[in-house]
Amino acid sequence: MTAIAEPVSTAPDLDTLTMAGALNRALADALTEDERVLVFGEDVGTLGGVFRVTDGLAARFGEARVFDTPLAEAGIVGTAIGMAMNGLRPVVEMQFDAFAYPAFEQITSHLAKLRNRTHGRVELPIVIRIPYGGGIGGVEHHCDSSEVYYTHTAGLRVVTPSSPADAYALLRQAIDCPDPVIFLEPKRRYWEKETARLDHHGSTLDRAVVRRPGTDLTLISYGGALGTTLEAAEAAQEEGYSAEVIDLRSLSPFDLDTVAASVRRTGRAVVVHEASRFCGYGAEVAAQLSETCFHYLEAPVLRVAGFDIPYPAPNLEQHHLPGIDRILDAIERLQWDDSAAAAGGGA
Amino acid sequence: MTTTERAAASHLLPSAEPLGLIAADGGPVPDPALELPDGEVLLRLYQGMVAGRRFDTQATALTKQGRLAVYPSARGQEAAEIGGILALRPQDWLFPTYRDSMAVVARGVDPVEVLTLLRGDWHCGYDPYHANVAPQCTPLATNTLHAVGFAHAARIKGEDSVSLVLLGDGATSEGDTHEALNFAAVWQAPVVFLVQNNGYAISVPLAKQTAAPSLAHKGIGYGMPSVLVDGNDAAAVHAVVEQAVARAAAGEGPTLIEAVTYRVESHTNADDATRYRDRAEVEQWLARDPIARLKQYLTDRGLLDDARQQQIDARAEAEAATLRERMNVDTELDPAELFRHVYAEPTAALRQQAAELTAELTTGDQA
Ligand SMILES: Cc1ncc(C[n+]2csc(CCOP(=O)(O)OP(=O)(O)O)c2C)c(N)n1
Repeated sequence: MTAIAEPVSTAPDLDTLTMAGALNRALADALTEDERVLVFGEDVGTLGGVFRVTDGLAARFGEARVFDTPLAEAGIVGTAIGMAMNGLRPVVEMQFDAFAYPAFEQITSHLAKLRNRTHGRVELPIVIRIPYGGGIGGVEHHCDSSEVYYTHTAGLRVVTPSSPADAYALLRQAIDCPDPVIFLEPKRRYWEKETARLDHHGSTLDRAVVRRPGTDLTLISYGGALGTTLEAAEAAQEEGYSAEVIDLRSLSPFDLDTVAASVRRTGRAVVVHEASRFCGYGAEVAAQLSETCFHYLEAPVLRVAGFDIPYPAPNLEQHHLPGIDRILDAIERLQWDDSAAAAGGGA
Repeated sequence: MTTTERAAASHLLPSAEPLGLIAADGGPVPDPALELPDGEVLLRLYQGMVAGRRFDTQATALTKQGRLAVYPSARGQEAAEIGGILALRPQDWLFPTYRDSMAVVARGVDPVEVLTLLRGDWHCGYDPYHANVAPQCTPLATNTLHAVGFAHAARIKGEDSVSLVLLGDGATSEGDTHEALNFAAVWQAPVVFLVQNNGYAISVPLAKQTAAPSLAHKGIGYGMPSVLVDGNDAAAVHAVVEQAVARAAAGEGPTLIEAVTYRVESHTNADDATRYRDRAEVEQWLARDPIARLKQYLTDRGLLDDARQQQIDARAEAEAATLRERMNVDTELDPAELFRHVYAEPTAALRQQAAELTAELTTGDQA
């Protein structure tokens, strides 16, 4: 996977980093550059977080800026709101996806709405980092794909990186953003390495990017499922399909322009995510594509998603997570014969 | 502290009886544990309560005239509302609830701005940074955490500012209150929790809310000093809040205060309190009226005469008249505003939706 390929004036050196390492670097750089930035949550201080994303930060920046809180998620988000009202820029960690739910009221009723409820006078530049999704053999309550709870809430931005370099760029931009950002970290990608330049000046927080160009169909994915989608695109190539792969990065707002431009060229689209299908993010993408690209579509937009079940136990999760085969099956179902007929080709 | 010292930390416990300075009959409380505010402060408290009650009756009247969508009255709670606010310094912050309009007005926010939300607008009406008042908070107890975070940030920034958060007896059952008390105590944040125990959470009486000996007792579990005070005694509320603010400002951490008072009116104008409580109970509390008792005290000591009383009444009346007049003006609503403050910059989707609404309204006009 490549970093966002945009030219920058001062090109930083190449780095080989995991996503966890890149996130750590982003936090350290933000803490260095802006004294208003604070990092806190459960076990993020001395331990460095259960995924080690905050490793070494408390020692380097001191307990006043990087600290452990009591164990209470509403407390973490609620106090972050008060701190942001008072001019600070908190970056807080929820230990796992499902353990952010106690903070739901603070997130939806206050974090998302205070700007609106104060006629734009109160700004809450807060980042909530949430390790999310499955694929790591986690037990129950540790593997939720909770993105649509947040994307459905106006006032929040929701982003999710799929690679180390992008994790760095997105987190830096999320911290600089005047809006609250739900920052979803696909935990099954934490330890994948990438050699890239870490830079956050060239890309923007709300743009999707084309990760792999193609001409026959568009695969749209994000977060943990992006890597699988790229592998599926590779496999599809061997079967004769040229698949373009789009990494959404920003789930809210949704970058319809980038996605629609691709689909208008290819005429076919599959959305891939590991969250449940029903009312999942793919439903929104499919709806917007059918509203805006109907006359370009050669086939209905398909969704490859998790089943509509509670996230399964580790010994069964491979059946739930969309794999390469399911993506290839969906590609096969994109009515190739019909269109060949319509185009006057084939039988 | 060792475990034994912690367990014996009875100095954190509230008094058995609510602290007071002025009794229900307007006489002084014998051997008070608090210092009586000076005459000047007592007069300001009195004037603030009279103005507060007049504001409150005016707001209730405005609901009947259809000028307010809803209004939760704080009648009977003036001592807690005003006593707490007047103990704040200019640099301190207030985190109020829906019931505390009169406190927000007493803090210096324009009453018309304060009533903006209840009038049917979507936003809180005032600039929180103007008089250091957070938006009035409807989701119960959530403001407690904002106050703690705000206070902690002040400390991190090295600023001398204390946060006073208001909450009701019902709100003490919410998880956020407990998280806030705990965070505040662990961080030693400069914050003061003022619980207005007005006996009811809508229809639910205190006995169904808690089995604790008092709400103030909850402080000890978090390692926080707690104070039980007569919430209808403005002098006493002022004294305990002032003390707590001074402690917080001196870096000595948070305080939990329970002010025992009574909600004289229904929960809001839309509620009917006769469904869940007797008139006799209300009468009992009317006899403990916070304004009458301070008036008696001040009059007995020659601090308040008829002329002064007339002045105070006239001022409250004039303020109410201005409020009535200003609230009787229809406001211009701009539907495009709906999209303006959702994000720092409207997203492409919001710009599109704003355009759709504008188009809809334009065609509507033509039809
Ligand atoms: C989280 C939440 N749950 C329920 C409500 C609905 N509600 C509004 S006021 C109220 C009673 C609150 O009682 P109390 O905290 O004692 O304050 P009071 O209204 O007496 O001032 C309830 C249940 C709410 N606003 N927020």
